[in-house]
Amino acid sequence: MVDNTTNSTAPVAGAHVSTDPFRRGLAAGWKVIDASKQAADLTLECDVCIVGSGAGGGVTAEILSGAGLRVVIVEEGPLRTSSDFRMLESQAYPDLYQESAARKTADKSINILQGRCVGGGTTVNWTSSFRTPETTLAHWARVHKLHGFSSSELRPWFERMEARLSIAPWPVPPNQNNAALARGAAKLGIPSAMIRRNVRGCANLGYCGVGCPTNAKQSMLVTTIPATLERGGILLTRTRADRLRFFEDRVEALECSIAAGGSPDATRRVRIRARAFVAAAGAIGTPGLLLRSDVPDPHALIGKRTFLHPTVVSAAIMPHRIDGFAGAPQTVYSDHYLDTLPPGGPIGFKLEAPPVHPILAAITLPGHGPDHASLMREFANLHVQIALLRDGFHPESPGGTVRLRDDGSPLLDYPLTPYVWDGVRRAFRTMAELQFAAGAASVMPIHGKGTAFATFARARAGIDAFALAPLTTPVVSAHVMGGCPMGSEERTSVTDPTGRVHRTANVYVVDGSLFPTSIGANPQLTIYAIAARLAEGIASTMRPATTS
Amino acid sequence: MRRRSFLTLGIAGAATLAAAGWWGVVRNRGDRSTTLEADARTIVAAIVPAMLDGALPPPGRDRTSAIAETVANVDRAIQGLPAFAQAELGQLFSLLAIAPARRAFAGVASPWPEASVGEVAAFLDRWRDSGWSLKRSAYDALHQLILASWYGNPRSWERIGYPGPPRIG
Repeated sequence: MVDNTTNSTAPVAGAHVSTDPFRRGLAAGWKVIDASKQAADLTLECDVCIVGSGAGGGVTAEILSGAGLRVVIVEEGPLRTSSDFRMLESQAYPDLYQESAARKTADKSINILQGRCVGGGTTVNWTSSFRTPETTLAHWARVHKLHGFSSSELRPWFERMEARLSIAPWPVPPNQNNAALARGAAKLGIPSAMIRRNVRGCANLGYCGVGCPTNAKQSMLVTTIPATLERGGILLTRTRADRLRFFEDRVEALECSIAAGGSPDATRRVRIRARAFVAAAGAIGTPGLLLRSDVPDPHALIGKRTFLHPTVVSAAIMPHRIDGFAGAPQTVYSDHYLDTLPPGGPIGFKLEAPPVHPILAAITLPGHGPDHASLMREFANLHVQIALLRDGFHPESPGGTVRLRDDGSPLLDYPLTPYVWDGVRRAFRTMAELQFAAGAASVMPIHGKGTAFATFARARAGIDAFALAPLTTPVVSAHVMGGCPMGSEERTSVTDPTGRVHRTANVYVVDGSLFPTSIGANPQLTIYAIAARLAEGIASTMRPATTS
Repeated sequence: MRRRSFLTLGIAGAATLAAAGWWGVVRNRGDRSTTLEADARTIVAAIVPAMLDGALPPPGRDRTSAIAETVANVDRAIQGLPAFAQAELGQLFSLLAIAPARRAFAGVASPWPEASVGEVAAFLDRWRDSGWSLKRSAYDALHQLILASWYGNPRSWERIGYPGPPRIG
């Protein structure tokens, strides 16, 4: 199967781009307000105000609006739809990503890819859909005393969201970049498998990360948010949630400012009054909002234990074209190095392949001048693997802490411990071995000034001698989790198992920040399933208001 | 609307520069943001040919315009960053704009417009390999800004064998 791959970059026949359902909806009267274009202050009233339009906020909005509740969604980023998506990194990164896709941890050693647009991360992710690994859920129950979230208890919620978002096995052969991962694994006798994807009628273009131009990806932008707007929900864009205003244990209003360009504009304000508030701003934004709002936090837990999947990269030069920019970007994975290591042991990692586009490749490949230029000449022959480290399962992997800058914006401090670096070294060895097994002419683990090795023996010796360190060994992550963990004990959790923040009457968290650890898998489906379950719970406690 | 200045010297910059021992020098410059803006452009324009050595078109009109487009793209990229990130880059360029700092901190003897590709490349090597993480993070910022600004430009694609996005519909 893996050798039978097509990587056509020719015009795609039959791709249906002539319609943009979101623009049709706008023309039909959907209520979407770009706050940066409002001349005056704005006050809105609703049943539930949801901060964030990504995986958590989108699902929550659809379910609550479906229950007859009046919903307002607050999104910091702009509205961009399929008509805007031109498959250009230069346009997509500043438009659709937090901090132009250059968001950094406090010491700048980890680059975080995180969405900031309508649909949040779901608009720009690579469509990988995994149910939460059983070992992760068992660990949450055993160590974090989070009960009610076993695989069997979550199964109906996974099934519901898989049906809603067309999550299914991907029947098309993987592109060459993913095929090389499968081939290397097979040669070494390591199990690998195909990744399920949330797509309908996907044309296999390979540009999921810069906004799907054909609306094939079943992101929040084309599913739950349209459903919410169809029912009269309101979407506010370029609106930054500043602060929840409490009266005793209830929040009465959310204060917002205008988010335009690089900096907030404080000249006009947006205020939303609601009966309940849902924070779904992602695992950096949500702790940030709660910290700014002086939410009761007697054990100082908000923002602590925020997790990434610290990810390292290995680039192989293959003897033939790989064209890692073409075809579904992420379709093969191996969990061998998670499954064979106990969660409390040495850090395990998931192996995947990323899309290889010019900007991503150029900023990932180390060095400058002629060395960098000659690497870039191999661009079309690059086979790239990534190892995503499962952080948070061991006393020496406490993750990071979200705190506030002087301007109130959230900052993730994420020191990398020797425990994590040990995993980085093993991951480099493993990826090099797999890449040589797949036929690589040379392998360059992304570290330091960049050294390419011609054999696995040399690579292993070289990797063992690497002085791994922040800002010498580039680390990236596209997954942010934790910081507001749910649990039954107030001493160790920020919310109860319904997502309600302890000691508040009407503030909920519904996004990846609820996770007690990282999860060891791309998180979108876990967020969808947990959001669906918590949103149904919220809906059951709130009767629709009789007046409009 | 007033265009945000290319780079400004943030308050936090003072702390960094004080740590670097350059507080007195910077303070004497006062708040000359328009100069800093021009300084930053000059510095980026001097670094681009070294960062992209081997990637740019051969010397001539094409090369000149490729450098100019890259500098303009870096400017645009910085304007899209949040205020705190702009301020941090402002500190970096403010420091590099001061001749004694340029010589001692970056090790570049010539004024930026006259610095050779070799001289700038040696500076980039030193910062990339520095034992001081502040210099490595500054190298990283320049690496990311300049390489993204060139390889986001379709003019760079033919050389690397990238056909560009597929046509659809």
